Formats: sequence, structure tokens, C-alpha cells
Amino acid sequence: MNFSNILNEIEKIDPEVYERTSGRRHLLKSFGAKVAVAALPFALGSLFKKAYGQTSGDIPGVLNFALTLEYLEAEFYATAIASNGLIPSGAASGAIATIGGHEAAHVNFLKTAITASGNMPVGKPNFDFTAGGLFPDVFSNYATFLAVAQAFEDTGVRAYKGQAGNLKSSNDVLTAALNIHSVEARHASHIRQMRKNNNQGNVKPWITGNQSGIGSPAVQPIYDGEENTTQAGLQITNINSSGVTADAASECFDEPLEKQQVMSIVGPFIVP
Amino acid sequence: MKQDTLPASAETAQPQGFSRRKFLSVAGLGLAGATLTASCKKDNPVLDGQDVDLGGGDTGILNYAYALEQIEAAFYSSVMYNMYVGMTAAEQQMLNDIKMHEIAHREFLKNALGSKAIPALTIRFDGIDFSSRDSVLGAAKAFEDLGVAAYNGAGKLIEDVNYLLLAGKIVSVEARHAAYIRDLISNGSFADNTVIDSNGMEMSKPPAEVLSIAGKFIKDRISANNLPTD
Repeated sequence: MNFSNILNEIEKIDPEVYERTSGRRHLLKSFGAKVAVAALPFALGSLFKKAYGQTSGDIPGVLNFALTLEYLEAEFYATAIASNGLIPSGAASGAIATIGGHEAAHVNFLKTAITASGNMPVGKPNFDFTAGGLFPDVFSNYATFLAVAQAFEDTGVRAYKGQAGNLKSSNDVLTAALNIHSVEARHASHIRQMRKNNNQGNVKPWITGNQSGIGSPAVQPIYDGEENTTQAGLQITNINSSGVTADAASECFDEPLEKQQVMSIVGPFIVP
Repeated sequence: MKQDTLPASAETAQPQGFSRRKFLSVAGLGLAGATLTASCKKDNPVLDGQDVDLGGGDTGILNYAYALEQIEAAFYSSVMYNMYVGMTAAEQQMLNDIKMHEIAHREFLKNALGSKAIPALTIRFDGIDFSSRDSVLGAAKAFEDLGVAAYNGAGKLIEDVNYLLLAGKIVSVEARHAAYIRDLISNGSFADNTVIDSNGMEMSKPPAEVLSIAGKFIKDRISANNLPTD
């Protein structure tokens, strides 16, 4: 299956397809080579919706928000991998390479999808991973690096979760976002295990109460609200006399964050 | 309560070491439970190899999730009641956490569905050797990966954004479980290419595919004929 061929086929039927979609004909034509097969249903679905006038809310806005977060994560891991002596060789290096690879793939996927829908991907911001000096040794101290990684992954999970409802009008885009969301959660789980193995406290793969397990109070907004034990008006603690503790009740549901909350969390890492 | 399910007390029992004596007592309780069920069947219907229709719309999707959570909760209850040889203290703590998460999910969905909830299913774990770490963790990995793929695949079928958010709140916890279990089996396999594609995205599954896999752990025949398809 080749994306360029599909566009060419459409062009034969509808010569204005490129103009309808974005007018950036050369950009569209260049996708074919880059976009992976799994991206196609999503890219095409969005493209057609946009081109033929079916409204879909502010889906491009949501995708650009996601792209900004993925730029942050991708550059964070790429910088860490390039920092000599930061990540121990072996399992740790392998895991960070896996995670970094996923984040880079998410960047490519989102850029492709946004462009294919006739919109412009936001540019990559300049990042300051010390957050203005808050984490000065983020790329020289393994423990600090892992703490910031956990903060980013747990934020990512909450950010995607908070946007799911805004993507409801497009099944393909929603499914793609959900399929990224769970990968971020897998990352978060692994980074948390890496921190436990690195003797950075009794960090569990899941979030207990609103505990960050990180010394810096700056990360607390990432965890505020996670202590919630009421879902859809139902109290989960000891539900149906099950013996579910308040800790377990908070752990077993991850909570969303709104876009504004996420942007204020990642704001210190973005150079204005 | 069927002989091939655990007594209800298994869920609230504290983790203890496995012993032959305890195994015998579990079997005894199971038999006692069977008698008990017969006497209170009217209040708490348990199906035996009958058809269970998940229903349509959001109710159908929530029942679909409820069926999967019933399997997971029963599985981890068995794991903790009948702990495999060599379970470390850390594994015991985390697996017990997961057990309680799955029970919470199951009970939440049951209460959220109210009168529209499907009955308690008859779960069976043929082929899983609960005394073997490899067998238990292999099954746990399959259940967790399947759960993530199922919730992801069902998201687009949900109409009410509130339910969509609730599914999102649950699925990321299932993904945290999946990564943990995978790392127990082989450190670093938390998100390998058997579950994640070349775009760094989870490979989700539609209900029909999920139920064809999960169905062998359910004695009843689940009908998904009325589930929404897009």
C-alpha cells in the first residue's frame, strides 16, 4: 500500500485534491515514502474529512498539542542517549533506546498526520531540560534523568487521556491517540521500575495517591488529582465490600489533565 | 459457585504460601460453595454454559469490559490464593496490587451497569499451572496485553464521552500492569514489537478478535452480536 499512489488515483478523479487538502502539493507527495503503513488509515481518514468538508472539531489543534509533547520527550531521550556516561550500558540503555525510538516515531506520525489533513504541524520549540535550573544535572546524574523521565511519561499519559473526548468525531484519530496513550503508560511503568531498581524509593509501576516519589515539589502538579477514589459518582474504596483500599482505588484509575494544566507543567522546559 | 472457580473468600484472603494442605482445603471450599449457590440461585444467577448477550450501545461496551475484568480479577485471585513457587516478596506485593485493581475495575463496572450488567461469568483457567511462575506470568502477560488492546479498540465504539474517559482511566493502568508483567518475564520487553508497531503505537484489537481469545477462559458463550461496530 502506497500513500502516493492513493493520492495519484484520487487526483485522476478529482484533479483538485491537492488544492483541497492543503495546496502544499509537494509536501503531500513526499509523504508516501515516509509514512508507515499503519499510519495510512488515520492519515487518509483525516485527509478526506478535511477535504470534503466534514467538520471534526479542533482535531488539528489537539494533534499539534500532542506533537509539542512528543517533541519534548523525543529530544529529551535523544539528548540523554547522546550524553556520555549518563545511562548505564545494558538493560538501561536498551530500555531508553526503545522509549526514545517510540517518541521519535510519535513525532513523525503526528507531523505526517497533521500535514496530511491539510494543516501545518507546529515547529519544535527550543527546550531547556533543566527547567531554568531546577534540574541542573538532568543529563549528568542518572537519578535526576530518571525522575524527569518519569515526570514526562506520567504527564504524557494524563495529557492524552484528557484529549480523548475531543477526538471523538474521528474514529481513526481517536484510536491512534489511544494507541499512543497506552504506550506512554507502558513507558511510565518501566521508568518507574528503573527508579526503584536504582534505589530511588519504593516507586511502584502505578501512581499511589498523589505521590510523585520525586523530591522536587515542582513536579507535584503532575500528580495532583491522582488521589481521586470516586469514579462516575461511585466510591471505589471498599466497593461492594471488596477490601479495595484507598491506595488501590487511586492506583487503579489514572486521571486526566486539561491542556492548560499540561502546558503549565511543561512550560518551564520550553524556552520562550 | 462452580468447582472450577475459587471461593469468594479467596479475594479477601491474605497472601500466604502455597501448601498441599491448603490446596485440599480450597477444593473443599469449592464444593461447599457449589452447594451454597444452588440454594441461593434466585438471588445470584450464575450461568452454566448458557448464552450471555453483552447488549448494544455503550451498555454492550461496558459489559464487554466487565467480562474481561471478571477474567482478570478471577485470574489474579487464583494467582494470589495459590502462589507460584519462588514468588518474591516484591512480586507478591505487586501482584496483589494488580489483583485489587482488577477487582476494583470489575466491581466498578458492575455497579455502573446496575441492572444491565451481565451475570457473574463462570471462569476457567484450563492449561494454566498456578504453581509455575512461567505459566502464571505468561498468562498474565496475555491477559494484560489483551486488555490494553481491547480497551483501545473499543474506544471508538463508545458514544458517551464520560464512558470514553473512564475507559481511558482504566486502560493506562492495564498498560502499566502489562509493562510490569512483561519486565518480570524479560526485563526490557515492556513495549516490544509484538505489541507496538513501527509508529510506536499499540496494536489494538476489535471485540470479535478479543472475545475469540478470551472466550476460552469463559464457560458461558458470550454473544457480541449487538455491540456497535463503528
